[in-house]
Amino acid sequence: MAASGSETLPIRSDSEVVTVRQRVRTWAAQQGFSLVDQTKIITAASELARNVLVHGGGGTARIEALNNGSRVGLKLTFEDQGPGIPDISLAMRDGYTTRGGLGLGLSGAKRLSNEFDIVSKVGEGTCVSITRWK
Amino acid sequence: MERIPILKLDDFLLVTIQVDMHDQLAMSLQDDLTERVVRTHARGVLVDISALDVVDSFIGRMLGNIAAMSRVLDAETVVVGMRPAVAITLVELGLSLPGIRTALNVDKGMLLLRQARAREARGLNHGRLGQ
Repeated sequence: MAASGSETLPIRSDSEVVTVRQRVRTWAAQQGFSLVDQTKIITAASELARNVLVHGGGGTARIEALNNGSRVGLKLTFEDQGPGIPDISLAMRDGYTTRGGLGLGLSGAKRLSNEFDIVSKVGEGTCVSITRWK
Repeated sequence: MERIPILKLDDFLLVTIQVDMHDQLAMSLQDDLTERVVRTHARGVLVDISALDVVDSFIGRMLGNIAAMSRVLDAETVVVGMRPAVAITLVELGLSLPGIRTALNVDKGMLLLRQARAREARGLNHGRLGQ
């Protein structure tokens, strides 16, 4: 049964990225997401949680169950107080990487979500939120 | 430290990933496998990911690295058992795993490796060097 509520998790280590994946899986299942939709949002969460750790130097993940009567979904917000992203459109480009990764984290997470929002200030941090509707 | 076990069977190395890997564990698997290929002179590596319900870009990169390093060390890699939901998600993520051979299950993956090995043996019998 679709629930409401939220949970905030710390992201300070590799193993906490794994915890974020596992909690997103639990919430997505509770929301009644199909297996494919669960896999998509967990994968997006994994990319964004890793970004928080690697680029932001750690931060938080907030998981929110959405249930507005007609629609059920899951909203995830990833926040860090890292260096921020000087050029968001460049960072969103497939294959763009500053750390030798594949450069698919942000762009891939966007493709795996229904809604995507990013706010970043140089020197202050980055906040990315995604929503996937059931 | 936590490690993913690597089994040796004939000329091949077998790995079944059964845990939700954190990034450091994925990196050490990559290193361990490369080292084992050299030490055992393995000619093929089979990586079973049927227990993984998520393959993100980091794991995808690790699989690509394992395949590339094995190739340089004259071993074939085949990745088997990808779940349908994982395949759909990987493509949407933008990751098509170029350079990685895949098979539906362990049986088919082993067949691929053995066939590659047999082709190579025939080639050598005809006085040619393996490709």
